[in-house]
Amino acid sequence: MTDLKHIRNFSIVAHIDHGKSTLADRLIQETNTVSLRDMKEQMLDSMDIERERGITIKANTVRIEYKADDGETYILNLIDTPGHVDFAYEVSRSMRAVEGSLLVVDSTQGVEAQTLANVYQAIDADHEIVPILNKIDLPASDCDRVAEQIEDVIGIDASGAIQVSAKTGQGIHETLEAIVQHLPAPKGNADAPLKAMLVDSWYDSYLGVIVLIRVIDGKLKKGERIRMISTNAVYPVDRIGVFTPQMVPIDELGPGEIGFLTASIKQVRDTRVGDTITHEKKGTTDALPGFKPAQPVVFCGLFPVDAAEFEDLRDSIEKLALNDASFSYEMETSAALGFGFRCGFLGLLHLEVIRDRIEREYNIDLITTAPSVIYHIFMRDGTQFELHNPADMPDLSTVDHLEEPRIKATILVPDEYLGDVLKLCQDRRGIQLDLTYAGSRAMVVYDLPLNEVVFDFYDRLKSVTKGYASFDYQMLGYREDNLVKMSILVNDEPVDALSTMVHRDRAEMRGRAMVEKLKDLIPRHMFKIPIQAAIGGKVIARETLSALRKDVTAKCYGGDATRKKKLLEKQKAGKKKMRQFGKVDIPQEAFISALKMDD
Amino acid sequence: MAHLLENWQIGGFGLYVHWPFCQSKCPYCDFNSHVVASIDHDAWLNAYVAEIDRYAAETPDRILSSIYFGGGTPSLMAPATVGAIIKRAARHWTFANDIEITLEANPGSIEARNFAGYKAAGVNRISIGIQALNDTDLKRLGRLHSVDEAQRALSLAKALFDRVSFDLIYARQDQTLDAWRTELETALDYGPDHLSLYQLTIEPGTAFGARFDAGKLRGLPEEDLATDMYFMTQSTCETAGLPAYEVSNHAKPGQESQHNLIYWRSGDWVGIGPGAHGRLTLNDGRYATETALAPTIWLPAAASGRGESQRAALPRDEQVTELLLMGLRTVEGIDLRRLESQHGTTINFNKINELSSIDLVEVADHMLKATDKGRPVLNGILRELVPD
Ligand SMILES: Nc1nc2c(ncn2[C@@H]2O[C@H](COP(=O)(O)OP(=O)(O)OP(=O)(O)O)[C@@H](O)[C@H]2O)c(=O)[nH]1
Ligand SMILES: C[S@@+](CC[C@H](N)C(=O)[O-])C[C@H]1O[C@@H](n2cnc3c(N)ncnc32)[C@H](O)[C@@H]1O
Ligand code: SF4
Ligand SMILES: [Mg+2]
Repeated sequence: MTDLKHIRNFSIVAHIDHGKSTLADRLIQETNTVSLRDMKEQMLDSMDIERERGITIKANTVRIEYKADDGETYILNLIDTPGHVDFAYEVSRSMRAVEGSLLVVDSTQGVEAQTLANVYQAIDADHEIVPILNKIDLPASDCDRVAEQIEDVIGIDASGAIQVSAKTGQGIHETLEAIVQHLPAPKGNADAPLKAMLVDSWYDSYLGVIVLIRVIDGKLKKGERIRMISTNAVYPVDRIGVFTPQMVPIDELGPGEIGFLTASIKQVRDTRVGDTITHEKKGTTDALPGFKPAQPVVFCGLFPVDAAEFEDLRDSIEKLALNDASFSYEMETSAALGFGFRCGFLGLLHLEVIRDRIEREYNIDLITTAPSVIYHIFMRDGTQFELHNPADMPDLSTVDHLEEPRIKATILVPDEYLGDVLKLCQDRRGIQLDLTYAGSRAMVVYDLPLNEVVFDFYDRLKSVTKGYASFDYQMLGYREDNLVKMSILVNDEPVDALSTMVHRDRAEMRGRAMVEKLKDLIPRHMFKIPIQAAIGGKVIARETLSALRKDVTAKCYGGDATRKKKLLEKQKAGKKKMRQFGKVDIPQEAFISALKMDD
Repeated sequence: MAHLLENWQIGGFGLYVHWPFCQSKCPYCDFNSHVVASIDHDAWLNAYVAEIDRYAAETPDRILSSIYFGGGTPSLMAPATVGAIIKRAARHWTFANDIEITLEANPGSIEARNFAGYKAAGVNRISIGIQALNDTDLKRLGRLHSVDEAQRALSLAKALFDRVSFDLIYARQDQTLDAWRTELETALDYGPDHLSLYQLTIEPGTAFGARFDAGKLRGLPEEDLATDMYFMTQSTCETAGLPAYEVSNHAKPGQESQHNLIYWRSGDWVGIGPGAHGRLTLNDGRYATETALAPTIWLPAAASGRGESQRAALPRDEQVTELLLMGLRTVEGIDLRRLESQHGTTINFNKINELSSIDLVEVADHMLKATDKGRPVLNGILRELVPD
């Protein structure tokens, strides 16, 4: 057990790519927590997808020991957090486990949307904040301007901001000193009954469920029996330890400390993040306030391209869900696609990550149907329900009205792109709430329908601003609007996986865009194929994909048979990557690509 | 195994001789052809002979229905070499009464000098690669001959041989539908009994392929125009009395290339020379044979009795695939009874019905064939019909 005065707990927060994980690398390296030989870049990003995309998805905790200039040795628990808005929930719960934050701002970029969002959360959690101006090795670095921005836009004191290059290691020593000197030591009482916060949990194939905890009061030892206050479940503790970042067993965890336990818990679902953990006997009755659970906001269907792989898909989804409580799923059947799952995600990146993992780790080709949000449907007969899948939309004559989720979006953008951003938000049925300037950057706040955002808003925003805009959002609540279900008919047959909910006023435009896209996405067949968009029975847009006229090898003699046979096999394999709707083969990527708007 | 013999006999038995040398390499051509400074004709003859002996030992008592000298440019072969190969074949196999012996010729004056010698050697059919009937296009196709030379080669061939065919390539750069019609009518006026009319294909690995990928091969007809050219070609030839009997081949009735029909009817043939493929039905099944592509490798290997680089047993499903992909190219189509009984497969009649309901295939007198509308989209039909 470490003396409270010698503990500092903090999270590293920043806008995406501002250098959190790289800074964590340097802190680990400077304190010799990991030998130089074992260091690798962004070493805490251990998942394949994280390493490949160069982003953090899952928050990571590391305990480091630091001998400060005052001669004392401190235990520092750092939590590296993800920057992407989809994983904002990881950041917020991490913050509940610590007393301070290093706010990293890329000094070549300045304050961005997630910088703001994270600061607000840190302030909410009563954190002491140490601003870090990172990437000062780059010629475009402008610390004075960015420090000024931090004061103007965020309103916190930036006089103590530390200038750092997480790449070269410059300023790392100063950062460590600032952590020791400016961040508060945790409070807690070692003699009080055990009270620990369940910060996170995940599944490890060797050790089972691993629970990340922060001890508030009391002490926890291996072999003791613990109780989860929300479920009253009791478990004997098999192991306790800390991350260095490898898992290292220790004897006990005391107040202010962060570490893990394992206790033969079967499923991640048996643990509730934010829960209070205490001893089975003589435990505390004073539960922590807990966290709001992460709510999936984007839904889509996942179907195997090869219907025979449904059971494999079920297996892979169950395994992934073991490790990710924010991802929900239930079985779905579709007339055209057969058996699959309707899945809920925190956002589109989350969706992509899960889909990628299923395709790669479990080797299943997937059809992903149009992402949708949850609508509240109010029926004429006074009943109401949640609609997760546009295909389930009841007949309009039975519906009184419906409500859709709205968000508050904050966008920071250089002046010269402001016009494009306003147009984009306006086109997506946005209502402007605020527009302010900080130097040459504008901050716009919009009230937007979530269904206009989930799909490709972020991509569009990046493209119209050449990547210079940043974006963050929060849920606002539900509001009534004039939404209808738009169906797509291919060769006169409705393809339910392509049904979407659209605003009545935008239906024609979206319908036209979709049928045009599909005309390009569906390969030509040996017959002509009408592609239509319809609301109820009324066709609002129509295109015809003409029949294939010529596709034959001109010369085919004795020596060509073998080659031709191979070519045919390849083409047939390509055909297998498509799904048949009636007589029409639709390629798997069409379901998503058809929805992308090039407005 | 009697039924297997019966099976290949429907297609016939032929000998293909590949001569891999040309005077220069044409930019569109992906055939196994090479330009070399000198050729040791005796060594080549020696190697071909060794190959014939080797294959003949495996296929005794067969009746040979055709020999085809293909290339490359076989009209660069010494007539004596051609004659010696034919003689060697005759020593092992019985020649059919109507044996067809074709030689592929380029229409340059050098090549034409040998025509009489080929006739004396036993060649009875000539196929001339004319490719285009205007000099600008011949240059763009990298051809060494002129229209004038082509006409002279053609008259000489007609004077010497009973059967003369020539090749043209259409859908060339900047070619219009009218220009092709006029060219084709001129070609028909020359009075060939057989024509091979190929749509220009941009093959990967050729000079045209590289230029195309770099976006520098301009003026190629769009698909619609190329398709119109194809249909016009069909009707023009039909009117002139040379209806199509295969996707790109047209003939007066009775003048079809017997040799090429062996391929399309999945018969047996021996393939010798660099890169030549063969198909042989032996006592224990059907085989696909291949030889080394590089002349410098093939020559010593063949001379020492190791001309074959690969021999693979063809499983039944692949035989079915070949039967379909080769057979449906022809207007006569394939015999469903042969598919069913000889290969023991069940045809997917639902697919056939579906395709015939949109007029792409038809079944008549046990023959499954692609219709005139279906043949140009044969790849699509095959993707449906070829079993997985
Ligand atoms: N030149 C320079 N590059 C840096 C510095 N710090 C980080 N980078 C680079 O910036 C990119 C993003 O760094 P990360 O550490 O992955 O950023 P992050 O904030 O953890 O990103 P997310 O976890 O995705 O939000 C990487 O390419 C780093 O190599 C720095 O001080 N100087
Ligand atoms: C083996 S080649 C050559 C025979 C002979 N060497 C000649 O060039 O005349 C047979 C025929 O295939 C055709 N051909 C070759 N490459 C082609 C291509 N890329 N596209 C269309 N036809 C082609 C030509 O018409 C050629 O005459
Ligand atoms: S087209 Fe004929 S002449 Fe030209 S390279 Fe090919 S084989 Fe040789
Ligand atoms: Mg990171």
